[in-house]
Amino acid sequence: MKKKSTLRRLLGYCKPYLGFLILALVFAVGQIVATLFAPVIIGNAVDYMIGAGAVDFEKILIHIIELAAAIAAAALCQWLVGLCTNKTAYGIIRDLRVLTFDKLNTVPLKFIDGRSHGDIMARVSGDIDLVSDGVIQGFTQLFTGIVTIIGTLVFMLTINWLVTVVVVVVTPVSIFVAYFIAKGCHNKFRDQAIKRGELSGLVEEMLEGQKTVKSYNYEGRAAKRYEAINQDLKKVGVKAMFYSALINPSTRFVNSIVYAAVTVIGAFLCVRGGLTVGGLSCFLSYANQYTKPFNEVTGVIAELQSALAAAGRVFDILDEADEVETGSLMPQNVAGNIDVEHVCFSYNENPLIEDFNLQVKSGMRVAIVGPTGCGKTTLINLLMRFYDVKSGSIKVDGVDIRDYTRKDLRGMYGMVLQESWLFEGTVRENIAYGKPDATLDEVIAAAKSARIHGFIKRLKNGYDTQLEPDSLSQGQKQLLCIARIMLVKPPMLILDEATSNIDTRTEIRIQEAFATLMQGRTSFIVAHRLSTIVGADVILVMRDGNVIEKGTHTELLQKGGFYKKLYYASFDTGEKA
Amino acid sequence: MLKLIRYLKGYWAASISAPLFKFMEALFELIIPLVVANIIDVGVANGDTAHIVRMGLLMFGLGAAGFGFSALCQYLAARSSLGYGTNLRRALYDHVNRFSFAELDRFGSPTLVTRITADVNQTQQAVAMFIRLVMRAPFILIGSIVMALLINVKLSLIFIGAAVVVSIILFIVMRLSVPYYHRLQKGLDRVSLLTQENLSGARVVRAFSKEEEEKEDFAAATDALQKTSERVGRISALLNPLTYIAINAAIILLLWLGGKTVYYGDLTQGEIIALVNYLLQIQLVLVVIANLIVTFTKASASAARINEVFDVETSMTEGAGATPDESAPAVRFDDVSFAYGSDVENSLENISFTLGRGQSLGIIGGTGSGKTTLVSLIPRFYDAKGAVEVFGNDVKAYTFRELRGRVAVVQQGSALFSGTLRDNMRMGNEEATDEEIWAALETAQAAEFVRKYPEGLDKAVLAKGRNFSGGQKQRLSIARALVAKPQILILDDASSALDYATDAALRRALKAMDGLTVVSVSQRTNSVMHMDRIIVLEDGRMTACDTHENLLENCPAYAELYRLQNEEAA
Repeated sequence: MKKKSTLRRLLGYCKPYLGFLILALVFAVGQIVATLFAPVIIGNAVDYMIGAGAVDFEKILIHIIELAAAIAAAALCQWLVGLCTNKTAYGIIRDLRVLTFDKLNTVPLKFIDGRSHGDIMARVSGDIDLVSDGVIQGFTQLFTGIVTIIGTLVFMLTINWLVTVVVVVVTPVSIFVAYFIAKGCHNKFRDQAIKRGELSGLVEEMLEGQKTVKSYNYEGRAAKRYEAINQDLKKVGVKAMFYSALINPSTRFVNSIVYAAVTVIGAFLCVRGGLTVGGLSCFLSYANQYTKPFNEVTGVIAELQSALAAAGRVFDILDEADEVETGSLMPQNVAGNIDVEHVCFSYNENPLIEDFNLQVKSGMRVAIVGPTGCGKTTLINLLMRFYDVKSGSIKVDGVDIRDYTRKDLRGMYGMVLQESWLFEGTVRENIAYGKPDATLDEVIAAAKSARIHGFIKRLKNGYDTQLEPDSLSQGQKQLLCIARIMLVKPPMLILDEATSNIDTRTEIRIQEAFATLMQGRTSFIVAHRLSTIVGADVILVMRDGNVIEKGTHTELLQKGGFYKKLYYASFDTGEKA
Repeated sequence: MLKLIRYLKGYWAASISAPLFKFMEALFELIIPLVVANIIDVGVANGDTAHIVRMGLLMFGLGAAGFGFSALCQYLAARSSLGYGTNLRRALYDHVNRFSFAELDRFGSPTLVTRITADVNQTQQAVAMFIRLVMRAPFILIGSIVMALLINVKLSLIFIGAAVVVSIILFIVMRLSVPYYHRLQKGLDRVSLLTQENLSGARVVRAFSKEEEEKEDFAAATDALQKTSERVGRISALLNPLTYIAINAAIILLLWLGGKTVYYGDLTQGEIIALVNYLLQIQLVLVVIANLIVTFTKASASAARINEVFDVETSMTEGAGATPDESAPAVRFDDVSFAYGSDVENSLENISFTLGRGQSLGIIGGTGSGKTTLVSLIPRFYDAKGAVEVFGNDVKAYTFRELRGRVAVVQQGSALFSGTLRDNMRMGNEEATDEEIWAALETAQAAEFVRKYPEGLDKAVLAKGRNFSGGQKQRLSIARALVAKPQILILDDASSALDYATDAALRRALKAMDGLTVVSVSQRTNSVMHMDRIIVLEDGRMTACDTHENLLENCPAYAELYRLQNEEAA
């Protein structure tokens, strides 16, 4: 059932290319008919070469002209089939990729956070290729194969029914052999794919953790684990390869049975006068290619199956619900007053944040602290509406954030995340990400206040240097991200441990720059560094997803709760118990 | 490619006999058109039905024997090529395992993974193809021409002409399309890259409301890919029609000239049919050869990438072994300098210090000051200029096992491996009991969360420890180091993901361990201030090496760092 609907849906994506697809099928029929005519013509020509002195050249010439026409038609059709399927296949690949990518930009972040990125990428690149290889080209091949079989039978029938019957009787053998092998192959290849995956998984893990491997003298044991999988792979690999390699000889064998049978029966008929020698030659040509389509058809069916599975995986992404845009209010002169009222939130069924309240006046600094994994980033997800609250509300200047569009809401914040994100492009493009029309002077000014100008100047092409993945240190990447914010100057800031990878001296300078930036701007800071936190107007102490304490540094110390414990632990001399 | 042939070791007999079996099959295949010609010229012409049946049975016999031989060949080919692949995979992995970090850094692990897996598969496939087809394809090609020669010398010239024309077509089409494959791969890489960037930067893209621009970029990349694909497609679409035309043009020529030859009595009707059949066989074989060429082009690129790995020898030779002197200092650096390559600046310069047994050493410095490089020299991850000594002997004197058995390193991004928690804990000490593991977990402040797992130490660890948080992974790696019972424990920014309370508890617990020499790397003065001595690194140079109190007084850089990190709190 599911397969059927997947196929139908796929055909829907063919619609813009329906013309090409239909043309491909028409040309395919043309090619097959022309190809099948060739042996008949050759046979007819041979019939005019009885022996010495008994050759009818005029008739042969006519047949030769016929043959040339058939060949030209077949070749032309074949070429056009190729062009049409290319157009269809590559067009569909493109469309599916663009659709999937667009989808990734409209789904809720929950989808992206909850899935392995490798898996999504495999769908965008590998699976979509599989879809076109399997479905589009497979479909044409399947069609060609079936038409060839039917066409061959029809042509043979027109020459001699008895020999045709012989061929048809052998057909089930072909089908059985092909089916049996294809099925075996499928299972064996699956086993092999599993083992291959295991092997590359292990290699990847071990090589990436090679420092650990070496420091524990684990090389020998790692090699043993590797060799165990390697041996398994050999076992399943031999089977898989042998099975798939059997297809060819098997069909050739079935073919040679057909061939021998056609020769013997055909020769008998020649002797009795029911068939000409040219007719026999023609039959032999058909017999030669008769089983080949069976072989292809079974191959194509296996390919189709995996392509449909791939299509299903792609559709899974396309079927994800989009984030629904609820708001339409235009923000005006945002001051940055934030009210969090009775908010409840959780990522799954386990409750996380319950009845959370917070008032932040414009220009205030809010620090979020707590032990590892206390759910600090959750607050940010809610403020920027990466996730929606389950109940309660968050208001900016008295307006529920759901009344704004996400775009407008997010535009109010400047954000530097824990994992700094740059894209392939020049330094300037990366800094001007939030303001593409910024002048070079503006970009330089931003870089200067992020204290990265000096570094950029030393790069080979300065601001026009192309960024490669891993060409910058973690600290430099973060500085660039900070420069981005410096350029946009949004009314509210979110800083998520942004300075944890930068050495102290640089960090100090950045903090000074931030202090200027934070003037009159509401800011939320997630950080481990108490020095950053102490100057905050409000400190939120989080634990297990809940805000357990709230207040200024002095207030919280006086209160003597969890914050005090955290604070003293960090300055614990380590000598007393 | 040839260099890798030695990995067929153990499968020579199979890989040589397989083509011979294939040869037999091909021979039978070539005889069949002759048999058919004989049936027509003798059986049909004389009306000898008994002869027809005899010859028919012979054809069947030839087919069956051919099948037997070729199945045998396929089996042997599968065994040999997989044997080859398995040997090669093992050798390559062993070779890579011998690499020191200098070589590993040079390649990077992602490309090594591809070479060990995908590239080896590619050459394995080529070996199989080669064994199966090395005899068959050329034999049928040459055999068909020879057979044609035997039937009629003049007409066989058509065969040679056809073979040449088809080869030229193959060559031109390949020549035109191969450069595009490179561009295709690049286009595909770009599509993957954009997807990956979009996924990992989803929050940034949305925070800046850049979805539309992202979509446009992606659409442009896919459009470019589509154009390139279509261009290659247009070229490859020519291959089959052109070869079809070439072979059939030969058939036309054969019919016309053959007709004349028959007229003069130099050729029989049956022989004409045989010749046509040989031409059709050539066509099939040429298609196979085209595939073979593609496979081999790919495989030789893979082979080159594999050989590139084999050609790199580890720059580090293992020591013969040495007896550690327990009374000597645990670690001693004497004028050590180190650079990551021959043409780059030194990462460490003239480092000298001595660290007594049971003492603790802090190393502090900014990003890129050489902290990690310095501690990497102790377990000899890299070789440096000058002397690095551990327990009285140069680290180069020890075997890797002797040295690394004494030194445990916990890195910032320490790796956990797939398996159980217990497997991971036992990496440095296979015989560790559960009690020892729990004690280490306790010290590393990890026991609390591990105890919450119903499976306890049998808790499954996913590849790279994906199912643990950063802080948990760090604590587990510290515990793993402790299970190994090292004499020197190196913590390389190992507590960066830990919160203050946990970090402090950990430091206290380590302090309580007797006789353990600890080296701790950090950017935070608070993490190192309680160490017996602290090295201050700046741009690979040691600015100072002293106690916290003395550094506050005598090392302005350290004092400033301390002040800056604590001033608001004080």
